[in-house]
Amino acid sequence: MNFTRSHLFASTAALLLACTTLSAEDLVIGTKSEPSSLDPQFHVLSPNMQVSLAIFEPLVRQSAQGAVEPLLADSWELASPTEWDSHLKEGVTFSDGTPLTAQDVVFSLDRVAKVPNSPTPFTLFTRQIAGVEALDDRTVRITTKQPYPNLTVDLVNLPIMSKAAASGKAPEGRTTTELNRGEGLIGTGPFTFSSWQKGADLILEANSSYWGEAPDWDRVIMRPMTNPATRSAALLAGDIDMMEDVPTGSVTQIEGDPNVKIVSGPPARVIFIALDQERDDSPGISGTNGENPLKIKEVREALFRAIDREGIASRVMGGAAVPAGSLGTPKMFGTSAEHEVPAPADPERAAQLLEEAGYGDGFSITLGSPSGRYVNDARVSQTVAAMWSRIGVQTAVDAAAPPVFFKNRDQRAYSAYLASWGNNTGEIGTTLGAQLATYDKEASQGSANAGRYSNPELDALLIEASKTMDDDARAKLLERADALAMSDFAILPIHFEVPSWGLREDLEYEARADQFTLPQHVTRSE
Amino acid sequence: MSTFVINRLLQAFLVLLVMSVLVFVGIYLVGDPISMLVSPEATDLERDAVRESFGLDRPIFVQYVTFLGSALQGDFGRSFLTGEPALQLILERMPATVELVGFAMFFSVVIGVPLGIIAGLRPEATYSKVIMTGSIFGFSLPTFWVGMVLIMLFAVQLGILPTSGRGETVQVGAIELSILTLDGLRHLILPALTLGLTKASLIIRVTRAATREIQAMDYIKFARAKGLSSSRILRVHLLKNVLIPIITVAGLEFGQALAFAVVTETVFSWPGMGKLLIDSILTLDRPVVVAYVLIMVLFLVLLNLVIDLLYMVIDPSSREKVRD
Repeated sequence: MNFTRSHLFASTAALLLACTTLSAEDLVIGTKSEPSSLDPQFHVLSPNMQVSLAIFEPLVRQSAQGAVEPLLADSWELASPTEWDSHLKEGVTFSDGTPLTAQDVVFSLDRVAKVPNSPTPFTLFTRQIAGVEALDDRTVRITTKQPYPNLTVDLVNLPIMSKAAASGKAPEGRTTTELNRGEGLIGTGPFTFSSWQKGADLILEANSSYWGEAPDWDRVIMRPMTNPATRSAALLAGDIDMMEDVPTGSVTQIEGDPNVKIVSGPPARVIFIALDQERDDSPGISGTNGENPLKIKEVREALFRAIDREGIASRVMGGAAVPAGSLGTPKMFGTSAEHEVPAPADPERAAQLLEEAGYGDGFSITLGSPSGRYVNDARVSQTVAAMWSRIGVQTAVDAAAPPVFFKNRDQRAYSAYLASWGNNTGEIGTTLGAQLATYDKEASQGSANAGRYSNPELDALLIEASKTMDDDARAKLLERADALAMSDFAILPIHFEVPSWGLREDLEYEARADQFTLPQHVTRSE
Repeated sequence: MSTFVINRLLQAFLVLLVMSVLVFVGIYLVGDPISMLVSPEATDLERDAVRESFGLDRPIFVQYVTFLGSALQGDFGRSFLTGEPALQLILERMPATVELVGFAMFFSVVIGVPLGIIAGLRPEATYSKVIMTGSIFGFSLPTFWVGMVLIMLFAVQLGILPTSGRGETVQVGAIELSILTLDGLRHLILPALTLGLTKASLIIRVTRAATREIQAMDYIKFARAKGLSSSRILRVHLLKNVLIPIITVAGLEFGQALAFAVVTETVFSWPGMGKLLIDSILTLDRPVVVAYVLIMVLFLVLLNLVIDLLYMVIDPSSREKVRD
């Protein structure tokens, strides 16, 4: 009896304790997936980046809308067109109390290329950097290989590690495995690492010696919940305070509950259809006597005009999309003003254009589509197929699981395929360079251009823009490039996905264009 | 007896070899891990560099032989996605799954066997029909749906149980267990119930069938004629013989659930191996998938061996067969 009673007492105490540790200062976030590593330089992947941006800080950061702002670097100026001198902010310390110096920056940027086994190395962001040196304790000089206006955008993705804490025997210093255990995971950010159980909770604690404004949370728990319906249920049940990516099916339920709400962000990732414009004998096209009608501008325009983007955005996407007239969002640097809003759907005009191009009787085509990679991707493809069939282009959808889809796309097994592109530079130049510049493996141009669109005029504009340091001049060049490609119907933009977050009624979060969930920016409303 | 065990292990080795080829070639046919892993922003040259560093630029045959060589020394390679040893990733996740499946099987046996016997003893009674109809629901409702309904009912509407995760865990040696804390148990109930429901239905049906069959046996009639109490007949004669098919089914189901508790783990964000497997398949993280399948094959073969050995303990006649 005594035993039972003391046992009962102990469990009650444990329960009470559990209640007190789960105080109002905790923020529990249901994330789409967990990071593949805590090493801030291991893998270019959103879940990794958002965690490392809570523990570490880069020299400059991107605002929610995508503008570059100073962070660890107070200011920077060009010593020459290829030499950037950044001045570090005074009074910044790492979470272990040591001050931030230029040596830490040099160490961090040098480490990038040395991290082994990386599925996508951060060298993506140091491609243009020829060298990094410390001019004095507070000044870092970054030398680029050629005049390179997008350096600050690349630096956003390169968090600064503590040289003292992250040095080690291996060439890269602390190894990825060590950093995954939290060893050497010392940054200047608002949170510090507490614990990580793989597949379950990643716990961060507030950095008590943070140099900036302290976040609203003592503890942040990031819980990977891959199933979107589970995330919604957990939010509605109050198990989590915030969730990433509200699924279309849960929107009404969350909006109808007074305890929770949805914030949605600026349009981000673009969904488009790419068209094979290289081969005559393109797979999946029939009824054309061996010709490839996609090479004809009028046919591409007909396919563009057949698509009712408003209808897809409101019905298939449940309002979580904005119709796209260009690959760049309207606010993006370099998006052509005349293509910000797509021309409305016009099936009659589309049929007429087909007639003019000599395809009045239409033809058959197969549209390749991933299933389960982007929001409602296969359903969007099916809707587009129905719209194309309506103007006489008999369209079959070949929807496949993402690994199979990408394999087919890379082998160029599709004449037309639906895909997506996320731009994280805030400039349309990188998107156009990857999607529409002439494919050239050695020059690293058009690396995502599986439709093989090629236009020397566009290539020249893009190359010129990439070397133009003056913002206004560069914007004009990019706008011309965008207008050129879109008026040629080089690719068919469909819509921009609008990222969304579900959160407790009393919380505030400014939805971000980069789709990161940064716990330091989640605040409690007064 | 020992020849029997050795034969079984040799067979297991062959099965492992065949499985490793199948999975290796299977993933190769599905797609290119590089297109799933590497950021789309990478250029083709950067892509090639990653491909080379993972050894994926070599012919599939060479890749397989290299893999086999290290696998024989216990090294299954490093996960493409995380850079950590594949075996370690799986072993880290294993306790969570074992705990969930163990609890679910315990639940299904405790519920299933008594209900099955009741339904078997009086097949015409109304309550037996209720039990049997209930069991049809149990295994025909999809796990995914059952899980979501349980979450909606107990977590969202009533708010008495948590929706997901493992809750508070206790470190026992190198293993984290949630079964030892009140919070952990609360987290365990819904997923275990979801997973156990199908299993319980199956066990009800197996038990009922076995009970009916054994009831008609001469030794039961004889025991009854001898004037033994029905509780003694039930405990000693019936239960012992009913156990044989139950052990077979429960053993196989345990193995099955352990290897493929994927759906339940996904619905409840349970950090077990199943979720690791599905994530790894989706990213074509070949070292993890291959290691996972091999470990599971080994486990299932061993489990079958244990079941066979258990038969010998329970059923003397099976001992005779092995001796031949």
